[in-house]
Amino acid sequence: MSGYHHDTHTHSNVEVKFSPEAMKVVEKHLSKYPEGRQKSAILPLLHLAQAELGGWLSVEVQDYIASILKIEPIEVYEVATFYSQYYTSPVGKYVFEVCRTSPCWLRGSEEIVEYLENKLGIKDGQTTPDGMFTIKTVECLAACGSAPVMQCGLKYHENLTPEKIDQIVDESIKENKISRAWF
Amino acid sequence: MAKKILLEHINVPGIETFDVYKKQGGYKAVEKALKQMTPDAVVEEVKKSGLRGRGGAGFPTGMKWSFIAKPDGVPRHLVCNADESEPGTFKDRFLMAKTPHTLIEGMIVSSFALGANSSYIYVRGELMYVVRILENAINEAYAKGYLGKNILGSGYDLDLYVHCGAGAYICGEETALIESLEGKRGNPRMKPPFPAVKGLYQRPTVVNNVESIAAVSWIVNNGGDEYAKIGVGKSTGTKLISAGGSINKPGVYEIELGLPVEEFLYSDEYCGGIWKDRKLKACVPGGSSVPVLPANLLLKTANGEARLMSYESLSDGGFATGSMLGSGGFIAYDEESCMVKNLWNFSRFYHHESCGQCSPCREGTGWMEKVLHRIEHGHGHAQDIDLLVDIAKKIEGNTICPLGDAAAWPVASHIRHFRDEFEWHINHPVEAAKKGAVYRPVAAYA
Repeated sequence: MSGYHHDTHTHSNVEVKFSPEAMKVVEKHLSKYPEGRQKSAILPLLHLAQAELGGWLSVEVQDYIASILKIEPIEVYEVATFYSQYYTSPVGKYVFEVCRTSPCWLRGSEEIVEYLENKLGIKDGQTTPDGMFTIKTVECLAACGSAPVMQCGLKYHENLTPEKIDQIVDESIKENKISRAWF
Repeated sequence: MAKKILLEHINVPGIETFDVYKKQGGYKAVEKALKQMTPDAVVEEVKKSGLRGRGGAGFPTGMKWSFIAKPDGVPRHLVCNADESEPGTFKDRFLMAKTPHTLIEGMIVSSFALGANSSYIYVRGELMYVVRILENAINEAYAKGYLGKNILGSGYDLDLYVHCGAGAYICGEETALIESLEGKRGNPRMKPPFPAVKGLYQRPTVVNNVESIAAVSWIVNNGGDEYAKIGVGKSTGTKLISAGGSINKPGVYEIELGLPVEEFLYSDEYCGGIWKDRKLKACVPGGSSVPVLPANLLLKTANGEARLMSYESLSDGGFATGSMLGSGGFIAYDEESCMVKNLWNFSRFYHHESCGQCSPCREGTGWMEKVLHRIEHGHGHAQDIDLLVDIAKKIEGNTICPLGDAAAWPVASHIRHFRDEFEWHINHPVEAAKKGAVYRPVAAYA
C-alpha cells in the first residue's frame, strides 16, 4: 500500500462518469443515511465504481467518488487503501480470490492455488498478460463448510476441485466481462 | 432430534420468500411485540431468556440492550453485525442466505425494543450475493407493510437498510464496524464512551450479531422463560455451530447448548467423525481466536468430566486446560495436520487483518508471522519458541481492541499443548521443511 502516490497506475482508460442506471444505484445508497452523513455511502459506491468504471479504482475514479460525496479526495484514498476488496492498480477481468486460511488449507486450498497457477501460468498476485485473470489468495471467506472456496465477483465457488476450476475458467472466457460485486 | 429454533424451517422450499416464511409462522413476533407489548416488555423477555451474544463474546444480550442511553430527541440505532469473518465461522452467511426473513423479523422486533427507527445490517463485502438476497427480502417486507411508516397500524416506524463492508476482519469489532459504517477506515475506537451512549453518528447504538437478533423472535413468541429452559445452566437456548476442518460432514448445525462434544463430533447427526478414517488430534472449538485443545482435553475436562458444548464447560480449566465457545467456529484437526503450520497460518491471518493503530498488535503480529514462517520452513532457532511466547504476552491486553488478544491466544495455546511439534521442527529442519511434513509423537492421539 505504501508508495501509493508514486504508483504509475493513476489513470483508467474509461470515461470516469457513472451511467444514468448506475446513478440510480448511487441515489439509492445516498438515501440510506441521515442528512449530512452521506459519506457513509463510500464503501457501496467504491464497489459500484469498481464494477462500472474499468474494474479498479484509479485516482481519477476515487476523486470522482469524492466529488459525488462532497468530501476531500484523501478521505476516499484512505478508505480505498484500507479494505482488501478494492484494487488500486489494474487487475484481471476475473479476480479469483482463493481462501488460504486454516479450514480451507486443511481441505486442500494449497493444491487449488497450485492448480490455478499452473493452469493460468501466473503466480499468486499476478495477472495474465491478456488481462483476463488475476489470482489473489485471501483470508477466511466464511464458507469453511464447503472448503476449499474462492470468490469471484458475485459468485462463491465452493467445494473446489481441478475439474471445477477448468469449468469456471472456460465459462469466464466465454462470458468475457469485468466481474465485480456491487449492489 | 434436538430442538430447532433458528433453522426449524430451513429446508422448506421457498423459505427465502416472504409468503412461505409467513406461512410457516413467520412475522408473528412482529405482530405480538408491536400490538401487545411495550418496548420495555420485549427487553425484559430477552433478559429473562439468558440469551448471550452469539458473535463470540457471550455477553448477555438483554443487559446490553438495557445500557442504551435515551437522551430526549436523539435518534437511536440498532446495527446488526453480519461481518462474519472469524476463521472457522460461517453460520450467519448460512442463515441469511437461506432464511433472510428470520433476520429481518428479529431486526424489526429488536429495533422496536430499543426505540430505533432506522437500523442497519452490516454485511461483509465478500458476501455481496447475500446482500442482494437480504435487499430483496427487505423490499418484500416493505411491500407487505412490515417495514416503513406505521407498521401494522401500530404507530411504530422503521427503516431497515443493508450496508456492505469491503474486506476487513477488524470491522467485526463493534466500534470498527461503526467507523466503517460512517465511511471511514475500520479503526476501533477507545471505550468509553461505549456505543450504547455514543455509537453510530455519536448516537446511542446497539450492535448485535445476526444469530442473537434472529433468536429474539422466538423469545418474543414463546417467552424468555421458555427459552431459558433450553440448554444448560447459564448457557441457555440453541447455538449455531459451524463445523469444518478434518471431519466427515462439514456444515452448520443448530445444537441445544450442553450437547456433549463427543456426540457432536462423532454422531452422524452432526460432524460424523474424523475424515479418511483418521484420528482426532486437536480442535479449535470457537473460531480461530480461542485456544486450541488437544484431543484428550477437547472430549474431557482436566477433571475427567465429559466436555459439553456450552460457554462454561468449554472454558472449564481456564486457558491452561480449557478454551471457549466463542463464535461456534468448530475446526477439527486430524493426525496428519501440522500444528506449527496451522499456527503460522493463523498468525499470517492476524498480521494481515491488524488495522495498524496499536504498535503491539501491528508490529507483534508481523514478528510472530515471521518467526513462525522460519520455524515451519526449517530455519528456526532454539530460542524462537520462547520468543513467540514473549511477543504474545506483550501484545495481550495492550491494545485498544481484542484483535491483539485474539492474535496472542492461539500462539500461547499452540505452544502450551504442542511444544514438542515446535521443538521437532527446530531440531529437524530438513525434514520439517518438506512439503506435508508432520511430526507424529509416539503416543497415539485419543
